[in-house]
Amino acid sequence: MMAKKQTKAKHVINREWCKGCGICVHFCPGNVLELDEWFKCFAARPDDCVGCRLCELRCPDFAIQVVVQSKQDQVA
Amino acid sequence: MAYDDYIRKRFFPHIWCPGCGHGIVLNALTRSLDSLGFDKNEMVMVSGIGCSARISGYVDLHSMHTIHGRALAFATGIKLSRPELKLIVPMGDGDALAIGGNHFIHAARRNIDITAIVINNRIYGMTGGQYSPLSGVGVRATTAPYSNIDPAFDVVEMATAAGATFVARTTTYHVREMSKFFQKAILHKGFSVVEVLSQCPTNFGRRNKAGDAVHMMESYKNGTVVAGSADDVPGSGKIRRGVFVEKTAPEYCDEYARIIRVARKGA
Ligand SMILES: Cc1ncc(C[n+]2csc(CCOP(=O)(O)OP(=O)(O)O)c2C)c(N)n1
Ligand code: SF4
Ligand code: SF4
Ligand code: SF4
Repeated sequence: MMAKKQTKAKHVINREWCKGCGICVHFCPGNVLELDEWFKCFAARPDDCVGCRLCELRCPDFAIQVVVQSKQDQVA
Repeated sequence: MAYDDYIRKRFFPHIWCPGCGHGIVLNALTRSLDSLGFDKNEMVMVSGIGCSARISGYVDLHSMHTIHGRALAFATGIKLSRPELKLIVPMGDGDALAIGGNHFIHAARRNIDITAIVINNRIYGMTGGQYSPLSGVGVRATTAPYSNIDPAFDVVEMATAAGATFVARTTTYHVREMSKFFQKAILHKGFSVVEVLSQCPTNFGRRNKAGDAVHMMESYKNGTVVAGSADDVPGSGKIRRGVFVEKTAPEYCDEYARIIRVARKGA
């Protein structure tokens, strides 16, 4: 359980720009993301995020940003 | 600066279809520019016509959106008059190698210091799905409803044979690799070609039962191999990725400056 909590990430999603292609959802190694009923991406399981930022790098629409907080930030 | 300082946010959301690979190429390019840390004023992007060519409208650099197939000719003019600028030319497969095929091989032959990015979706996306010289045998297109009989060019082999001094291939799945190759290509002095296999889910995917953007990217993940790796064996049927050429040769603008010096001495 402790291992999972190592990264604390915040997913900033631009709903105006997201086109619901599902690329981020499909290729996320932590199965963190989902599309909602409007086909917009959201972080359904943010605690499972490993902070790889591949969703951000593969998004064709610049619609998702991952802000990874370091462990120290979490303590503070 | 941050990577998104290199895009013109006022034009977003962009016009590309959901899942179109062109957006992923733009994404990787902005991150490459951010890592390289060049001043925006040092860079010029020139494009022709096509969905891919719309990239030049979305980058916050000096940019020129020119005519179909001729982007490299315009870029050559800019580079020769202002050799200190960095020129980046994104092109679709039709733009680069159908109508623009001659410009492509001759820019390579001259080894002019321009970075050409061939975004290969194997189809004319913008005009509704006609086959291109990169579609290959068996592909279905509006102009090949019973499947295409034209063999495809191999961009890497063609650029190499024509004289390009940096040649690489990657895909929209391999985003970190793409960013790395873009940076190498931009830093390289001479004609650089980066081929990016990229999905057009709308006009290639649907017609060829290749699935949506996700399925097409899965095929890049599973259907390609790093050149020189253990899996890179003859007959694997996989497309090879990597840097295939990286060499030095006289650069065209340098040679032009040299010949001017020679001529002036003679006068
Ligand atoms: C001289 C000229 N011929 C034809 C066209 C029509 N046309 C526009 S885009 C295009 C091809 C687009 O395909 P590609 O270059 O592969 O780019 P994509 O749209 O797939 O990104 C064509 C034939 C044109 N605009 N100008
Ligand atoms: S950063 Fe990685 S693990 Fe986290 S949501 Fe994005 S793709 Fe998934
Ligand atoms: S990859 Fe981007 S556009 Fe596609 S669903 Fe995810 S956030 Fe939305
Ligand atoms: S038609 Fe194809 S290449 Fe053009 S924007 Fe749509 S998916 Fe991209």
